[in-house]
Amino acid sequence: MTEYALTTSPSLKRRHAKEARFKWCGRIAIMIALGFLVLMFSAIIFRGMGAFQQTKISLEVTFSELIIDPSSARDPQELARANYKPVLTAALAKTFPNVTDRNGKKRLYKLLSSGAVFEMGKLVSDNPDLIGTSQTIWLSASSEVDLFMKGKIDASLDENLRRLSDADIAYIKTLKSGGMIKKKFNTAFFTNGDSREPEMAGILGAALGSFFSLLVCFGIAFPLGIMTAVYLEEYARKSKLTDLIEVNINNLAAVPSIVFGLLGLSIFLGVFHIPRSTPLVGGMVLALMTLPTIIIAARASLRSVPHSIRQAAYGLGASKTQTTFHHVVPLAMPGMLTGTILGMAQALGETAPLLMIGMVAFIVDIPHGVTDAATSLPVQIFLWADSPEKGFVERTSAAIIVLLMFLILMNLLAVFLRKKLERRW
Amino acid sequence: MDIQMQNAAVVKPPIMSTKNVDVFYGKKQAIDNVSLDIPENQITALIGPSGCGKSTYLRCLNRMNDTISICKVTGDIRFAGQDIHDKKVDVVALRARIGMVFQKANPFPKSIFENVAYGPRIHDLADNKDHLKDIVITSLKRAGLYDEVSDRLDESGTGLSGGQQQRLCIARAIAVDPQVILMDEPCSALDPIATAVIEDLMEQMREKYTIVTVTHSMAQAARISQKTAFFHLGTLVEVGATEKIFTNPEDQRTQNYISGKIG
Repeated sequence: MTEYALTTSPSLKRRHAKEARFKWCGRIAIMIALGFLVLMFSAIIFRGMGAFQQTKISLEVTFSELIIDPSSARDPQELARANYKPVLTAALAKTFPNVTDRNGKKRLYKLLSSGAVFEMGKLVSDNPDLIGTSQTIWLSASSEVDLFMKGKIDASLDENLRRLSDADIAYIKTLKSGGMIKKKFNTAFFTNGDSREPEMAGILGAALGSFFSLLVCFGIAFPLGIMTAVYLEEYARKSKLTDLIEVNINNLAAVPSIVFGLLGLSIFLGVFHIPRSTPLVGGMVLALMTLPTIIIAARASLRSVPHSIRQAAYGLGASKTQTTFHHVVPLAMPGMLTGTILGMAQALGETAPLLMIGMVAFIVDIPHGVTDAATSLPVQIFLWADSPEKGFVERTSAAIIVLLMFLILMNLLAVFLRKKLERRW
Repeated sequence: MDIQMQNAAVVKPPIMSTKNVDVFYGKKQAIDNVSLDIPENQITALIGPSGCGKSTYLRCLNRMNDTISICKVTGDIRFAGQDIHDKKVDVVALRARIGMVFQKANPFPKSIFENVAYGPRIHDLADNKDHLKDIVITSLKRAGLYDEVSDRLDESGTGLSGGQQQRLCIARAIAVDPQVILMDEPCSALDPIATAVIEDLMEQMREKYTIVTVTHSMAQAARISQKTAFFHLGTLVEVGATEKIFTNPEDQRTQNYISGKIG
């Protein structure tokens, strides 16, 4: 009998080694990529987690009618704007009876956030019955106190080199021993607009700005993109013109986004005079930017609908439009939606074009519609990263966490839709 | 049988007649001067080797080639005496009269009911829901599928077996109430048992409809058709009663093809 070699030969060994090398190259590449991802996420989360807590100081406040509402009109707007500073200084004096000098009192008041008076105003205007009573309430501490409580101010440093004096730290320790200073969940971060004070700054304004912008963007880009794709793919006869259009759409997808911002600035603001800094114009610019992405995704998914389905419909005497809208578009819809959501996610993270159309302004008010001046999440991150106050550092990271959450949610939605609606044939 | 058929041909004019049909794909000529009559209530089989243009010719009959932008059809094609290329002819109405079943079963990814109901719906054939249901059930029965699917009409049509899918496609074509049904190799993707079922079905359908079928199987053409046309390289080589084509062909090429020398 002939003997056949079934054992490893040198050439086979080389082939196996090559395969193993290639596998390891791939594994290492994935590990490096994952490593960077983990590094990025952990750095952001480590820095940003602090912002979800805010130091609050408990004070026994006497809501004296004489100071808050001398006219007894109980007008909510007047109550919100009343003079709460004396009320707070009185409460502080009660807590620290042995601080009597003017300077000391001033320092004490500085422990509280300058936004504490607004918190008082909101509290009283929401519930005017508080007037005339005495309540223990939690008020936001100033950014410096907050940083100290989070261990970000080094008390062993020379007094001149830190924002809190020894006296301040002594006050904080007194409060601490009485259980009157605590870190609490920072609801203000989710319910406030932007502010100059880190402890008062929130992302709701930016998040709503982003939301309204995306709404406008979707409203414009989705129908336009889908109709363009359907026409180009199903109706248009192949010609030089359609080739030119196709090349241009593909090129538009690669145009730097700031160019769209410039276009928005010169056309939407310059020619049409759409109010600047608004989600309306922001959404329009983002729509221009997402349009090519949506068109390309929609055309790809239209092309993936098998030709036999069109044939079947034509064979039954369905018109072109019936074939397209009864069969082809519904079958292509999952792909179109996924493409659109990914385009939207891209638009959500876009900063540069929004800078050009004035959505970078400092806006405290929370927008209520597409024509209210607003900013957006990535621009808010940019603004906070640019702020000198130390308290904004953690808020910047926290805003990034929120933005990433939204992006992950949108991508998950895209994956879910693809899995859920996908049809096989 | 032969004499009977010839008599029938004398009495009844052909339901479709084509004269001097040429088809071009761009510059390439796919069909060259084909003239052929389709007799009513008979099965006409188009046979020939791959790429001979038989499917292309079939697709001329309901203007399916219109959907291919580079395809150009010339010549006189008449359905019941009317030129189907006439400007007044609406291709949608034409295709409702001349239905089509394809090589690969292509049910819509919808329920069995919706598959059959789609045609009547777009052509407004049903007066109300009950009528529509009636049409669907009658069509499924005519396609010999109703008994197998009567309890799962709301299940997806793509979940059926290959043969059932093809019969679903036939039911879908019947539902529009056409006069002619074009079948483009309806059994080529099916196993012998499913093929036999479809062949029986075609034989029954002949009473009500005129069928033109393209087939690769000469045995099938011999079994089911009354008239056979042999295509070769885009030309119609020979046409006649099936029996004659398979027993006593006039042209040498036909002889070669049916004896397996070409193709």
